[in-house]
Amino acid sequence: MTQIENVSRRKFLQGAFGAGAFVLAVRHARFIPSILAQGAPLDWQSEADRAAFHPNLFVGIQPDGTVYIIAHRSEMGTVIRTSLPLVLADELDADWKRVKIDQGIGDKRYGDQNTDGSQSVRRFFTTMRECGATARLMLLQAAAARWNVPAAECSTELHVVVHKASGRRLAYGDLAADASHLPVPKKEDLQLKKPADWRYIGKGAKSVDLENLCTGKAVFGMDARMEGMVYASIEHPPVFGGKVKTVDDQETLKVAGVRQTVSIDPFKPPAAFQPLGGVAVIADNTWAAFQGRKKLKITWDNGPNETYDSAEYKKELRETSHKPGKVIRSVGDSDKTFPTENVVEADYYVPLLAHTPMEPLVALAEFKDGKVTAWAPTQNPQAVQAIVSSQLGIAKEDVVCHVTFLGGGFGRKSKPDYVAEAAVLSKKLGRPVKVVWKREDDVQFDYYNAVAAMYMKAAVDEKGKPTAWLQRSVFPPISSIFDVTQVYGDPPHLAQGWTDLPYDLPSIRIENGPAQAHVRIGWLRSVANIYHGFAVQCFTDELAHRAHRDPVEYQLDLIGPPRTLDFTGVTYPNYGADYKTYPWETGRLRGVIESVAEKSGWAKKKNGKGHGFGFAAHRSFLTYVATVVEVEISDDGTIRIPRVDTAVDAGIVVNPEALRAQFEGAAVFGTSIVRTGEITAKNGIIQQSNFNDYPVARIHEAPAHTNVYITESSAPPAGVGEPGVPPFVAAFCNAIFAATGKRVRDLPLSSNGNFD
Amino acid sequence: MIKLKVNGIDRSFDGDPDMPLLWYVRDILALTGTKFGCGMALCGACTVHKNGQAIRSCVTPMSSAANSEIRTIEDLGANGLHPVQKAWMELNVPQCGYCQSGQIMQAASLLKGTPHPTDNEIDEAMAGNICRCGTYQRIRQAIKLAAGKTA
Repeated sequence: MTQIENVSRRKFLQGAFGAGAFVLAVRHARFIPSILAQGAPLDWQSEADRAAFHPNLFVGIQPDGTVYIIAHRSEMGTVIRTSLPLVLADELDADWKRVKIDQGIGDKRYGDQNTDGSQSVRRFFTTMRECGATARLMLLQAAAARWNVPAAECSTELHVVVHKASGRRLAYGDLAADASHLPVPKKEDLQLKKPADWRYIGKGAKSVDLENLCTGKAVFGMDARMEGMVYASIEHPPVFGGKVKTVDDQETLKVAGVRQTVSIDPFKPPAAFQPLGGVAVIADNTWAAFQGRKKLKITWDNGPNETYDSAEYKKELRETSHKPGKVIRSVGDSDKTFPTENVVEADYYVPLLAHTPMEPLVALAEFKDGKVTAWAPTQNPQAVQAIVSSQLGIAKEDVVCHVTFLGGGFGRKSKPDYVAEAAVLSKKLGRPVKVVWKREDDVQFDYYNAVAAMYMKAAVDEKGKPTAWLQRSVFPPISSIFDVTQVYGDPPHLAQGWTDLPYDLPSIRIENGPAQAHVRIGWLRSVANIYHGFAVQCFTDELAHRAHRDPVEYQLDLIGPPRTLDFTGVTYPNYGADYKTYPWETGRLRGVIESVAEKSGWAKKKNGKGHGFGFAAHRSFLTYVATVVEVEISDDGTIRIPRVDTAVDAGIVVNPEALRAQFEGAAVFGTSIVRTGEITAKNGIIQQSNFNDYPVARIHEAPAHTNVYITESSAPPAGVGEPGVPPFVAAFCNAIFAATGKRVRDLPLSSNGNFD
Repeated sequence: MIKLKVNGIDRSFDGDPDMPLLWYVRDILALTGTKFGCGMALCGACTVHKNGQAIRSCVTPMSSAANSEIRTIEDLGANGLHPVQKAWMELNVPQCGYCQSGQIMQAASLLKGTPHPTDNEIDEAMAGNICRCGTYQRIRQAIKLAAGKTA
């Protein structure tokens, strides 16, 4: 569904491309997760919008031969600003050294820009190739016309068109002006390269931003500045949904550097991406704004969430998980009575988790002449346009969102409430405003990964293999931020490692129960796969041990022979990807399991006191991963992770080095979840505030070494940012059991009091 | 009036002496390579050198920076990349990169005093610097690569 047009003549993006430049625009059908359609107040999520076509990626070639490629996805550490343009450059036969990357602003003409869901490469791989191939063909036609020879006699080499018969050559830059006058070829006329001819895809490249990131020159949201800007720090209602009752700012206004205070209205439910409301302290610098906040005297109307207590809530979730729920998927005779002999049951629990990207939330915005210009570390600049336009009552097209580097995102920065705050304040103050969240604000006013309770039950035969399987999860859904009545898991998140249990068993019943949200729930790296993968993979390990069978051999037995999972009659969104293109193939899961078993030397590993190896396998974001974790636990309970082995089948891999980095990082992210990841609430107030009480893994706590093995594959590219987390979490817990004989069913370890 | 030297340049400051050095270099001098991460010396993103030693600028009031020589990431490689920066680039250490100014300043300080650190010495010196992306394995390798190359 791609349509390419020559936009040189309508002088699009004049800033980036000067006269004589050759510019291509691509229109691209956009995928929107169905969840966003549920009660979302943003009109960009409407049905009509879903059906629309949107211009997408751009490549421009200057007469001097410089190739500009627009990066329209956000850079938060996945090297996407390099990897996706690299695909275009490959099909263009461009010299990578002569390519410059230009960061796209928020603009629906690029297509989807929500850098989330591990989908940048897989959703734009073909589009990028077509865009590069189109440009290449037009340059080739321009050269053929100049030489008056058939285009079929011409070919391209690095940055030049060649006519082999006569030995003539023309550089791309010399052809740019001619090519800009040609009609754009039809998609059917494009010849994409054979994989064997790829220059860059599969080999990868270093981040184009490497030096700037190592010298302090990269501009993050925190570093954006505008002439005449003031700084704002906001005291939010301590309880979700609360409101300001009274404000006394007398002492605040005495703080040197403080200019004034400004109230921000509370949101109108559903919260979605609206500002939470509160009182902003406006100052000449960040420090003064922080100091002024300390002196505010505010009384609050906390609202109904004042009674939220996470310890009580945990009990409620568990009780719900023990009652029949909504059936998500049923295999065999699962509707009949569950067997009563040889039954194994277990409860698992994962608490609320915060994102804590290293860069706290921050945004700079200026409202001027009815328009907003924002500089923001956002994963989703079009969502910035949408929320700012609805908050300020201006057109989306009048919101220009520049995307800075993101100091981490992990899903938090796809929700632009903090950017809306800056825009709202700028409109009130008539000057540019930079909103800076303290770490405490970041921890206490997050869109948390859902707290979840999972009940697992199996009846097993004499070999310990399940004859019947029941799993039931209960968690407040993300859809609750868009529609307060939502209490059941939504299909895209149930599909994350729950609906798609890959085991070949005669009877399977997969259920979900209701849970009311009392805080904002949102996506966090790997999302529902975290708690689903944890429960399924730890329970499987429990069954294997109970049967005295090797966990790897046992899991392969449960998965059964290679096959494609059949979801006929089941709602299975498959991460928004076409199921024919990205089927769930158990053979590929078996492949990574066998690979990691071999590479890690699994068969020779011996568990001992305080030393153990754990295994888990999981498909998420269309990628198959199997992981082995080694742990050492000293007598005083100190845990070390000397080694992690992880095998990955992500289809075609554009940038292998970037993939390795993502899986190394995923192991560290998973370490934080298992060891200490826990957000709790009392009286509706979040109990954690900074890295002292919401610790994340440090260098000595993280895996000392993670080995990543990439499966060679010609399957379409899949995700790499998130799929490493879920199997690591489960394998780590399984390793703790192997080392200690103690099961970890409630995360994190720190709340068990056992090990940390 | 507080006088200090930042990246070799004489500066004076007559604002709130309690203001942390972090906000002075970021908001007033516009040296934004030094990052804000926690405000409580818990994460190390704000690490700079004070008289050659790595310190957390987010909890260093201007009053205690008086008459000192401060060096930030902007000046570390001012005369060509520092060996630590070169090693960081060679091994593709950064992911998002936000913490890396602090990591690099901390690592440079470590290698100055301990040119060939062991794994334990690296852990000890770097434990105060959080990287949420999880680049620790490469940080350790990069410190070893840079070892012995720093003056």
